[in-house]
Amino acid sequence: MNLDFSDDQKFLQEEARKFLEKEQALSRNRSVLENNSNVDLDLWNKIVELGWTGIRIPEEYDGLGLGHLELCVIAEELGRFLAPVPFSSSVYLFTEAIINYANEEIKSNILPKLVNGEVIGTFAVAEEMKAPSADNINLSSNNGKLNGVKIAVPDAEVATHAIVVAKTDNGISLQLVDLSSDGITIEKQENIDESRGYFSISFENVDSQLIGDETGGWNLYEFLINQAAVLFGYEQIGGSQAALDMAINYAKERYAFGRQIGSFQAIKHKLADMYIALTLAKSNCYYAAWALSTNASDLPSASATARVSATKAFQLCSKENIQTHGGNGFTWEYDCHMFYRRSKLLSLNIGSLSNWREKLVTSLEQSNIN
Amino acid sequence: MDFNDTPEQAKFRKTCREWLEKNATLKESSSKEASFANKDIIEEAKAWQKKKYEAGWAMLHWPKEYGGIGATPIERIIWANEESKFDVPKGIFEIGLGMCGPVMMQYASEEQKERYLPPMAEGKEIWCQLFSEPSAGSDVAGLRSKAVQDGDKWIINGQKVWTSGAHFSDYGILVVRHDPNLEKHKGLTFFFVDMKSPGIEVKPIKQITGGSSFNEVYFTDVEIPDSQRLGEIGDGWKVAITTLMNERLAVGDADGVDVEDAFKWAKTQDSLGEPLLNNKAARESIADWYCEANGLKNTKLRTMSALSKGDTPGPEASITKIVSAGKLQDIGNFGIDSMDMAGMLKSDDPDIKRFQNAWLGAPGLRIAGGTDEILRNIIAERVLGLPQDPRADKGVAYKDIPSGNS
Repeated sequence: MNLDFSDDQKFLQEEARKFLEKEQALSRNRSVLENNSNVDLDLWNKIVELGWTGIRIPEEYDGLGLGHLELCVIAEELGRFLAPVPFSSSVYLFTEAIINYANEEIKSNILPKLVNGEVIGTFAVAEEMKAPSADNINLSSNNGKLNGVKIAVPDAEVATHAIVVAKTDNGISLQLVDLSSDGITIEKQENIDESRGYFSISFENVDSQLIGDETGGWNLYEFLINQAAVLFGYEQIGGSQAALDMAINYAKERYAFGRQIGSFQAIKHKLADMYIALTLAKSNCYYAAWALSTNASDLPSASATARVSATKAFQLCSKENIQTHGGNGFTWEYDCHMFYRRSKLLSLNIGSLSNWREKLVTSLEQSNIN
Repeated sequence: MDFNDTPEQAKFRKTCREWLEKNATLKESSSKEASFANKDIIEEAKAWQKKKYEAGWAMLHWPKEYGGIGATPIERIIWANEESKFDVPKGIFEIGLGMCGPVMMQYASEEQKERYLPPMAEGKEIWCQLFSEPSAGSDVAGLRSKAVQDGDKWIINGQKVWTSGAHFSDYGILVVRHDPNLEKHKGLTFFFVDMKSPGIEVKPIKQITGGSSFNEVYFTDVEIPDSQRLGEIGDGWKVAITTLMNERLAVGDADGVDVEDAFKWAKTQDSLGEPLLNNKAARESIADWYCEANGLKNTKLRTMSALSKGDTPGPEASITKIVSAGKLQDIGNFGIDSMDMAGMLKSDDPDIKRFQNAWLGAPGLRIAGGTDEILRNIIAERVLGLPQDPRADKGVAYKDIPSGNS
């Protein structure tokens, strides 16, 4: 029985934390938010130099050839510091799509460039103000050309490439696109966490390369987000822990009625509930990390369980952190709102809480827990 | 990460499993829920305990001289894990073995340990815990039962309450006030007592469920020899805390319906012409319970991983009772509500019974062994490091502490 990370993985996590602390990643997040710049490329370049973008990429493509568990511990630290970088778009989704489904030619072209930072990827799915599904994808792929519009695409401005979910004559496919191609128009879409950018991309007769097969793209997408849910889960528990730590520190420092506010049971119980939610989420993320790293047959239910509990934990911790801080928590000056914003961004990035609850129950029906 | 036993653990698990297969039957999907009220279950539990004792499984982490086999914590977990898969009686010895045993082990004389621990492990003698009083529940140190020293014995007067199993117990551990002029926590002394002593009267309390698992226990001039004092005079609180820490480990997961039962029920139960499982609200609830149930299960696996490596587990297990008791109450409620108007009706259907029992029994679990509120205080203070409440009873002689009319 060993539901824990190895000493090497814990060391990697420790180093990641020290690095992000030294680089003041949280302050960088504030600068990005205030300057409306959507990304900190200096921090991103340092992350590339550390090799984190190549963690999962096999050594033959210049990567580190490590597993998902190494990615989990990095994700937790990026979440803790709200690092304003396109890591989730490029690493959890785009890179995994290439590793899992691209042909050899694409792999040998793209993977080394993901390692050295020449390529940054993102993933384009949504088209309307509602949950995307295999039935409502209208962007079309015909004869190697894409036509249509995607919205709410994270990090599209800094990304060089995107995987686009597109409709074909017989189903759904995943298409690889070079974002500098002719016929592409990228427009910024204002969003509620401007430390990360969202964009619309319109495609007019844009060249694309098929990833996987012509018709089964939605299943590939489902598999990719089941994987990514675990990594997003780790970002979420990192963020939850940071928000809880902030609330604890403030509850000890702040006095009211002649005593520390953390001595009031109303505050204690609130913080205890945050701890409970975080502990459940963390334990579920550990299990899902195992399922991810071994591609276990229960990955769909394990990742949905991690996703639902991590989303709930970060939403609770970030909103109650504001509440614990009182009026200060509502100011721009305090960091509380950055966690609140990020919790919402992460909770929607690969689908909302209620849709993941639905995915969880569907996976239970399919695996028939009885 | 892996879920494999080490070769030694696998060997130990196999030994457990082989013995259990020979001596018990595997559980079917719906488990039998033990009831304190049922005399047969006590006899059955005693017989099972004796069987385990004779084979060395009763208290396997205890030292050999008291009937254990000196097992490691992980071996104890492996045993419990295997035993839980079998249909065996439970719920009778947990307090004695989980709370009274450790306290006796730590504070009783060598002679007393040799006398009392083996029959406790064997199930021949049942123990109970006499702490709470009508005016001292969450604030148990506020208890007022009196102990007056008289030569080499003590005379006890007062009343205890919520004493689980007192009506079938042979011995009990007891904390009482020897000096009301001292501060609250300083005037307490700890004993163990023969429950057949003259002057002890046990009155069962009828609970919400209709059953009576706990009691009022009255003490009228009950004599206890000074040799049955555990710890120094005035050390009662320190000794009690040792016990309460063990109680929090003993009172863990709430037994009863869980998310699998809710899921299975929802597949077949009709809701306005469709299976309940098609109902969006039902699906969301099931998803959340599944996350809680697995969160607890995986938390346990993390604790086991730490023990397996010889590390001290983190404080994660402190969330178990709060989460599982609340979930039990909600799932009971879900099952009952799903039958709409007819949910009020008692039924012979075992599934319906289990939902109703969960709903009626869960309020007790949210209180026993530390209320939800006390447990949140404990998490906040001991795990998160938040300051204690300022207290109105600090530095005040017990007799001068305001106590209302109670």
